[in-house]
Amino acid sequence: MTSGPTIFALSSGAPPAGVGVIRVSGPQARAALQALAGRLPPPRRASLAKLRDGAGGLLDEALVLWFPGPNTATGEDLAEFHCHGGRAVIAAVESALAKLPDTRRAEPGEFTRRAFANGRIDLAEAEGLGDLLAAETELQRAAALANLGGALSRQVESWRAQVLGFSAEVEGVLDFSDEEDSADLPECFTWNIAALADEIGTWLARPRAERLGEGFRVVLAGPPNAGKSTLFNALVEKEAAITSPIAGTTRDVIERSVALAGVPFTFVDTAGLRVAGSETDADPIEAIGIDRARTELARADLVLWLGPEGEGPDGAWEIAAQADRADFIAKPTARFTLSAATGDGIDALRAALMAAARDVLPKPGEATLNARQHARLAEAGASLAAARTLHDPLLVAEELRRARVAFDRLIGRATTEDMLDTLFGRFCIGK
Amino acid sequence: MGARTALISFDLDAIGAMSCNPAIGGLGKGHLVREVDALDGVLGRAADAGAIHYRMLNRSKGSAVWGPRVQADRVRFKAAVQQIIRAQSGLTLIQGEAAALVLEGGRVVGLELADGTILSAPRVILCTGTFLGGVLFRGEERFEGGRIGENAAKRLAHQLRGADLPMARLKTGTPPRLDGRTINWAVLETQPSDGEGWTMSPLTRARANPEVFCAITRTTQAGHDAIRANLHRSPLFSGAIAAAGPRYCPSIEDKIHRFGDREGHQVFLEPEGLDTHMVYPNGISTSLPVDVQATVVRTMPGCERAEIVQPGYAVEYDHIDPRALTPDLQVRAIPGLYCAGQINGTTGYEEAAAQGLVAGLEAAAAALGVQGPQLDRGNSYIAVMVDDLTLQGVSEPYRMLTARAEYRLRLRANNAATRLTGLGIAAGCIGEERRAWWDRREALREMFHVKHSQRVHARELADLGLPVRRDHGEKSLSEWLRFDGITPAALAPWLSEVTALDPVLAEEMAEDAAYAPYLARQDAELRDLRASEALSLAHDFPYGEVPGLSNEMVERLTKAAPGTLAAAGRVSGVTPAALSALLVHARRLANGQRAA
Repeated sequence: MTSGPTIFALSSGAPPAGVGVIRVSGPQARAALQALAGRLPPPRRASLAKLRDGAGGLLDEALVLWFPGPNTATGEDLAEFHCHGGRAVIAAVESALAKLPDTRRAEPGEFTRRAFANGRIDLAEAEGLGDLLAAETELQRAAALANLGGALSRQVESWRAQVLGFSAEVEGVLDFSDEEDSADLPECFTWNIAALADEIGTWLARPRAERLGEGFRVVLAGPPNAGKSTLFNALVEKEAAITSPIAGTTRDVIERSVALAGVPFTFVDTAGLRVAGSETDADPIEAIGIDRARTELARADLVLWLGPEGEGPDGAWEIAAQADRADFIAKPTARFTLSAATGDGIDALRAALMAAARDVLPKPGEATLNARQHARLAEAGASLAAARTLHDPLLVAEELRRARVAFDRLIGRATTEDMLDTLFGRFCIGK
Repeated sequence: MGARTALISFDLDAIGAMSCNPAIGGLGKGHLVREVDALDGVLGRAADAGAIHYRMLNRSKGSAVWGPRVQADRVRFKAAVQQIIRAQSGLTLIQGEAAALVLEGGRVVGLELADGTILSAPRVILCTGTFLGGVLFRGEERFEGGRIGENAAKRLAHQLRGADLPMARLKTGTPPRLDGRTINWAVLETQPSDGEGWTMSPLTRARANPEVFCAITRTTQAGHDAIRANLHRSPLFSGAIAAAGPRYCPSIEDKIHRFGDREGHQVFLEPEGLDTHMVYPNGISTSLPVDVQATVVRTMPGCERAEIVQPGYAVEYDHIDPRALTPDLQVRAIPGLYCAGQINGTTGYEEAAAQGLVAGLEAAAAALGVQGPQLDRGNSYIAVMVDDLTLQGVSEPYRMLTARAEYRLRLRANNAATRLTGLGIAAGCIGEERRAWWDRREALREMFHVKHSQRVHARELADLGLPVRRDHGEKSLSEWLRFDGITPAALAPWLSEVTALDPVLAEEMAEDAAYAPYLARQDAELRDLRASEALSLAHDFPYGEVPGLSNEMVERLTKAAPGTLAAAGRVSGVTPAALSALLVHARRLANGQRAA
């Protein structure tokens, strides 16, 4: 398997960590093992070895693994060093590897690119892997894993086979009209196309893969001093913060992304949204703040309204906060009455938020579509929808052919180069 | 094109003889006839000269699948072919037996005739029909096929086999011919010629011959019983013929065997000419013994007393696996040698003519050092066929079907000239007469464009009783043509004047307008296709070195030797993952070469 230089990278999380896994892929992987571990372990079996640099200095004691190609993740010879996860150890092993001939640090996405280049995975699977590597929550991970496992590819192949069957029926009418059997399409023909179009429609209506990255967006709104920030802190404080894919918070909007029991959320605290009617009094700077708050409300999946009853945006949950305070005003229609200071009612709110988010976000283990896949599938769906309404079998055949082309593009049967470049640009290093 | 060309045949007078059904055109095949004609081939004009019955198949469907088909008088067709080839400048006709290819350093440098004459030529095209290793079967009888002097055919066949080319066998068949005077036409449903006036070639000014009718009869249960009782005597079922026959044109015993529940199969009784009583019963191709053939015929209504003039038979013959050819139909292993027709695994006059044209144009272009016409799947059925053959190979005799063309809406039988004649002019293969016709027509096209862009308000159409909402606003006539129920005839008040100048062009342009949204979408697809056609794969591309390709993929790709990445995507059985691997590898090789 000759695929250019041998590449290596840390493929586990950022150090320091318990263990650091360094992967080496390419024709020199065997030599790398021999150079650092002093020997080639038996294939596909973990064994303990002392790692030494070129001068014989001990680097670490590590588990080493040897996977001869081509039946490996990348399709090439592959070696793994499971070292101790301290920064110094990782750096030392990496610099020893970099000194080997024809061996260099991997570029972003290069491991997956090689897996793809070596025919180990198809396009939809490669995209699934990309999503998996970017996944930070359990739900994201499960969805990406479904795609990586080929769930989407299999589904598309099955649709494609169905459409091929429809095409065969129409072509029979077009090319063999002289034969008595195939003078007309059977009545169930349109029904079958409609059924498939509907099935694709339900896939298109599913939450998109990007929704998982963005998380379920909850905006806290209400007038100043309504207890928003306290509630905001209570909701995000105990949770491990995750990096938000959305850049740029404004000075008067604070947002944090967290995972509640594996479900990705983004909580947004809009400071100082005035109640309706009073904004005519606002000065220009405040007006900008109000505009931003409005934008946030429009983007929200859910608004928690902490202001006077009935004055929040449509669909907002009425929250009666600050229940511990002496000046607490009860809200008769409040969905939740709580105190962020004492913690009363917070768990109930949290559970309700998770239930609401699960309804909107992709289901665990369900194959999801990213924007590119969604667009291709929408093309196929549109062609099928057109096919069911057309009467000229020639045009029906054309729409069915278009649907097949869309499927082919979706899974990479009809591959174009710019798509590949877009795909590989988004992979993290070392995976 | 200016090449000096010799046509060698054992019997020059047999050129133009139709060995099977005297019909030309049909679904998919009619497209090929029109395309061959658009590139100034012979078939369309000769078909018109011989035509005695015209039908536009699929007339009730969209025009892209209309199939012009004529039945030709054998004598008149052959006479027309003879006249055209004898008038062709630069063409020398030589009667003789092509005995052996003269090879030098592995490439063809000429041809040796049986009398020892050596003709030197840098390019040789082989068209052996079904005569290469042909064997005829009729019931228990066997005949060596090869009326063209067995010694000669054998020597050439021997040489080809010795060249280690991938050879295989295919089978085809023909029905018994009947004496029309013994058929009771009066009891049969007749099918008249369509009387519409269209011709295969635009250079034919009018239909030349009286038009005759065909009749339709059916096979019956009694006939089916006779076939079933004698299936074991058919070489197809006794195991004598192992080669695959055409699924699209099965023998009657095949039909009974596979669709036994049917009460009868339609049979068209087609007159073979104006001056002969011979009738061709289309639909009962057979290799059953003569006595069974007679029973089958005589159990068909109207044929109770029909006499068989010549019994039907099956023929099994050698062909080359067309994957051994490059897209110009040249044998990859023997540069300079081209193959066309049944030798490449096809069936039908139309498929043969189209390949003859491609091989001829490419061989001439190569000999003259110029480029042949740029045919691809987006502009011709001819290229669809050549691409299918050289990439996929054949498992049965290849017959053209409209379903094979993905860009069918733009590849219509009636716009073949628009698609191809310009390319033909650029390649230098268009004669003066067609050139003059083309110039006249292109001038007219401009006038049509002007008319089609005239804007008309919905009210005006509604006032004429057309199914258009009055508030639909103002649109150009070509846009209106996309609406259901708006035909060129409906727009006669605006279009009748130009339509009268050239009704055929009028029809073509109206269809272009009607299909415009689909054609626009296909344009985008074609741009992608042509982009991936740009990544070429050498014929000796090392598929074995592409990591991750399974042995099966490597074998398929190596055999098909796709010329480009786009072609690789069309090789059947190639998976998306394999295609991606190939793309990346090919690109890496290309980058490596650039860097080096």
